[in-house]
Amino acid sequence: MVDTLLKFTSEHEWLKIEGGDVAVIGITEYAQDALGDLVYVELPEIGRKVDKGQDVAVVESVKTAAEVYSPVAGEVIAVNDNLSGNPELIKKSLEEGWIAKIRMTNPAEVAGLMDRAAYDAYLKTKE
Amino acid sequence: MKTTPLHAAHKSLSAKMGEFAGYDMPLYYADGVMKEHEWVRAQAGLFDVSHMGQVILRGADVVTFLERITPSSFGTLPAGRAKYTVMTNEKGGIVDDLIVTRLEDDEFFAVINAGCKDKDLAWMRSHVSAGVSLQTLDDRALLALQGPEAERVLREVFRIDTAAMPYMWLDEARLPDGTTVYVSRVGYTGEDGFELSVPSDKAVAVWEALTAHQAVRPIGLAARDSLRLDMGYCLYGHDIDDTTTPLEAGLRWVMGKDNRGFIGAEVITDPPARHRVGVRLLDKGVAREGAALLGEEGAPIGKLTSGGYSPSLKESIGQGYVASGFDVPGLSIKVDVRGRHIPAQIVPLPFIPAHTKSMKKQAA
Repeated sequence: MVDTLLKFTSEHEWLKIEGGDVAVIGITEYAQDALGDLVYVELPEIGRKVDKGQDVAVVESVKTAAEVYSPVAGEVIAVNDNLSGNPELIKKSLEEGWIAKIRMTNPAEVAGLMDRAAYDAYLKTKE
Repeated sequence: MKTTPLHAAHKSLSAKMGEFAGYDMPLYYADGVMKEHEWVRAQAGLFDVSHMGQVILRGADVVTFLERITPSSFGTLPAGRAKYTVMTNEKGGIVDDLIVTRLEDDEFFAVINAGCKDKDLAWMRSHVSAGVSLQTLDDRALLALQGPEAERVLREVFRIDTAAMPYMWLDEARLPDGTTVYVSRVGYTGEDGFELSVPSDKAVAVWEALTAHQAVRPIGLAARDSLRLDMGYCLYGHDIDDTTTPLEAGLRWVMGKDNRGFIGAEVITDPPARHRVGVRLLDKGVAREGAALLGEEGAPIGKLTSGGYSPSLKESIGQGYVASGFDVPGLSIKVDVRGRHIPAQIVPLPFIPAHTKSMKKQAA
């Protein structure tokens, strides 16, 4: 299912907008595959302020810890607590695998992110 | 990057490859690390460890040589018996850890770490005398078959019977086609298992024959690391290195009572000022190499040298060094993970009991 409203970063985060100024973020299948079995997600605190590109969460696999960078500046207003007990949910779907929701300080930042076609092209350069 | 004779086999199994010690090696296969780790403990896993170095040391003075470069005793070691040991430098630090097996009176077989091959060989060569020769077995592959089903697999696949072979023992065996191989009952997983030294041109055939058995799955280096972490085994370059003495590393048991002339013997402090210990997190999270270990009030007491998530224990475990006085099993400490101080505990190693065949019946 191709979701044309999804945006992507070169660090393999996806972003979707909810209600105008809230960004829902997660990590893409490419990042999920690279990490392998997931064992823990370190979620940010509600209220935490992040800059665009700043690390906002950490996903731990058996072998490595991978930082999740916020694609936009803003404030964390929600985190997916289900990931605490079940980090593998990240791989299930956008609805179940989102990591955090950020109220954006500057929604215009989203326009500068890659759309699906650009991200797919970017992935090809990584092969 | 260098490759082993099994490189094409790993690629054909869609292994996720990665660089290790200059070799392009399989990190994990389609099942992933967790399932591979669990499979080894339940059935039998097959690892390609051909990147490691295999060396023959022989000569009239070979025992004197071994007792100079290692703190162990080799004089009365029976033929066929394997010993885990370390090579030490002038500061008493560890050059590498290795397994040395006596083949004959004047002939020993050593397996050294891939990452230290060149260093180890140069080190050994700089310490040989006229009565010692060193030969690298560059035309041999090394496969590790590990798990409770390993003995049965060897018998069913190759008709090699190891029922009477104790842990830390080596035997020559024949494959059905007549090829001679070394079978050593040794491993790095804590399970019963064997390392097979086979001619490189037979490696693919041996690999395919073993992986065709329903109890065998290929296992990558990522699970090799998580399995040894469960056992508290050292990984050279992380838990031991040229600054750690065998006493600091908790390897007093490799030192032979009668060996006082090994390199660095005069300078190794006893008791040591720091100790390698096990650490387990008591809260969610994963502590890894480099994490600071803190006392209950937050003062630094040491550092993790290895760490990760154990698929067997379903918790985060690791090894590290703490200052003398803090190496107390059960001691409550904290581990600093990205600024978060996670409650943890000092624990004795291993984290889980070994299932290797007991060697108590064998005289050293």
